[in-house]
Amino acid sequence: MSADLHQIWVYLSASPLAGLTLTLVAYQVGVWLFEKLGRRPVLNPVLIAVVLIAGTLGLSGIDYRTYFDGAQFVHFLLGPATVALAVPLYNQFQEVRRSALALVAALLVGSAASALSAVALVWAFGGTKETILSMAPKSVTSPIAMGVSEQIGGLPSLTAVFVIITGIVAASLGTWVLNLVRVKDWRARGFGMGVAAHGIGTARALQVNEVAGAFAGLGMGLNGLATALLLPTLYHLIWG
Amino acid sequence: MLGTLTLLLLCQLFGELAARLLHLPVPGPVLGMLLLFAGLLLRGGVPAAIQDTAGGLLRHLSLLFVPAGVGVMVHVTRLETEALPIIVAVFGSTLFGIAVTAKLMAFLLSRTDPRLEEEPAAKEPVAGDRR
Repeated sequence: MSADLHQIWVYLSASPLAGLTLTLVAYQVGVWLFEKLGRRPVLNPVLIAVVLIAGTLGLSGIDYRTYFDGAQFVHFLLGPATVALAVPLYNQFQEVRRSALALVAALLVGSAASALSAVALVWAFGGTKETILSMAPKSVTSPIAMGVSEQIGGLPSLTAVFVIITGIVAASLGTWVLNLVRVKDWRARGFGMGVAAHGIGTARALQVNEVAGAFAGLGMGLNGLATALLLPTLYHLIWG
Repeated sequence: MLGTLTLLLLCQLFGELAARLLHLPVPGPVLGMLLLFAGLLLRGGVPAAIQDTAGGLLRHLSLLFVPAGVGVMVHVTRLETEALPIIVAVFGSTLFGIAVTAKLMAFLLSRTDPRLEEEPAAKEPVAGDRR
């Protein structure tokens, strides 16, 4: 009996099935709890799922690499999902053209403000160079952020962590800060969330208002592009 | 669905190939997105099948961040030793970024396209000063 159990354990900890299933189950528990607890942005599904999975792995002594062997199938879909962002971008194209000038200016300034303030703050408070470089692209959606991080010499997996914490911070405190600076236009509110906090910010904006959601999606897509194009170039200009 | 998934993967594949062959400093999926966007522009519309599958994939976008998020385990030591700079930078820059982007955008829109200005922002009755 215990030999059987042991064999099952060996099988489960080696096969991708367990990691993949764990990811989907934990995420759905996250969604369920999020709904159950009144959709509080602080308790968003990603945060809950990450805590559940990390806890499970910690308790069972399975290392991250083994887990990722299974979870990579979910992770892989970030690539096609990034490509799919072309669809909402196209759907909003008329709207985008109308306010193109405002969009481009706000995008460039906002993108630079997020990245430079992040870098400056890590540096000012004594962070290491690796942390600084990994922090720089954290405002954009993680496939892009990880790609950029790799190019400029950061740690892609650390960047992914920063990306997700950024999203959670924005989802929790974004509404508060937007009220604080007294921005009422839904287009601007959404765009700010998308530019500064990618998909998780967009998901939050979409919950609050449809127009804000559309502009957040746009902000996420555009800043992904701007960061991918500008940040490596900027890095090479500064550090050579 | 299968067709769209194939199309998305093809766009990504061509994006990856282009990025590598031309040594572009842009991740492959972003080039793939541009490729699909250009295709949609040329075609002049989004076919229903693509709309559905892309919508479905993006609806669960936050699930796709979970595996990378669990990577926090690997970085516990660094997060502990550099807790202060990391926390200050993530909170500070995120909220600063949202505020700057939204404020500038609202200002520029009020100049060029003040369409939604009269629509009340639902709950918060903030006084008339838009600046």
